Amino acid sequence: MGPEFALGMKYVGAGLACLGMIGAAIGVGNIFGSFLDGALRNPSAASKQTGNLFVGAAFAEALGLFAFLIALLLLFAV
Amino acid sequence: MTLLLPVAAGLDPISQFEIKTLIDLPYGLDFTNSTFFMLLGVLSIVLFFGLAARKKALVPGRLQSIGEMGYTFIADMIRGVSGEEGLKFFPFVFTLFFFILFANLIGMIPFAFTTTSHIAVTATLSVMVIAIVIGYGFFKHGLGFLKLFAPAGAPLFVYPLLIPIEVISFLARPLTLALRLFANMLAGHITLKLFAGFALMLATAGGVYPLVGVISFLTGTTLNALEFLVAGIQAFVFAILTVIYLNDALHPSH
Repeated sequence: MGPEFALGMKYVGAGLACLGMIGAAIGVGNIFGSFLDGALRNPSAASKQTGNLFVGAAFAEALGLFAFLIALLLLFAV
Repeated sequence: MTLLLPVAAGLDPISQFEIKTLIDLPYGLDFTNSTFFMLLGVLSIVLFFGLAARKKALVPGRLQSIGEMGYTFIADMIRGVSGEEGLKFFPFVFTLFFFILFANLIGMIPFAFTTTSHIAVTATLSVMVIAIVIGYGFFKHGLGFLKLFAPAGAPLFVYPLLIPIEVISFLARPLTLALRLFANMLAGHITLKLFAGFALMLATAGGVYPLVGVISFLTGTTLNALEFLVAGIQAFVFAILTVIYLNDALHPSH
């Protein structure tokens, strides 16, 4: 169980950390899908909600990026 | 990762974030490439708004319109969340938004350095925001600011569970604020460098590889367009979250 094993496990960990982006992709798709649902029912009120849309999408996307950050930390900083 | 792309040629995706000292100054306050690009961003903002506000015409010309659009965008954002008394934070939010926007957009210029892709920069901005939120909250409301952690209208037995959750989610705010901007910029520029590096390596290889290189080039172009959008969106999200957190300092009960 030498240093090569640790290096190999680091790469495995980086790959596993990227699975966190599945949740982020589903979340962002959910937000935009709900926005489109509502916008097609009530088009005149849709343009006022685009601010909320982007804020919500940024929240969801941030979590996916945190997963990517863990992967980068494992590859380059540990 | 660095085994695949030649580090010596600077083609690997990570070495673009390296801080290089341009002028050595005492006390560790070196003038680095990060300092240079931050200075460039600030001077661009001052120049742009200085020129836009020059004429002060009642019916604005084109440049003054853009300046006014920037102004009303931030002012409406603040009024929408915290009303007229939120406008006392207008200079802070305006500076924050345009600093981050210009830093992100200048980073999109080829061979430029993205200052917000370092956690040091984004963490400083985020700590400033939270310090102002906490400082102003205690200044204006005294210890009543702690009512923020006990939202009204919940049954009494729920509070011992609710208050730690609220405290932890409050403490997570500066962390997520800094990390969101940092991770977006870092991930974006790593991806751009990666696809550009692939396109270059495939184009210089023999045989049928240049055709695959064209696909990599087109993907890189699309990702560049996406990165411009992300630059704008991340500046907007940082600013609007700042306004929401400042609203919690202005009106502490949910």
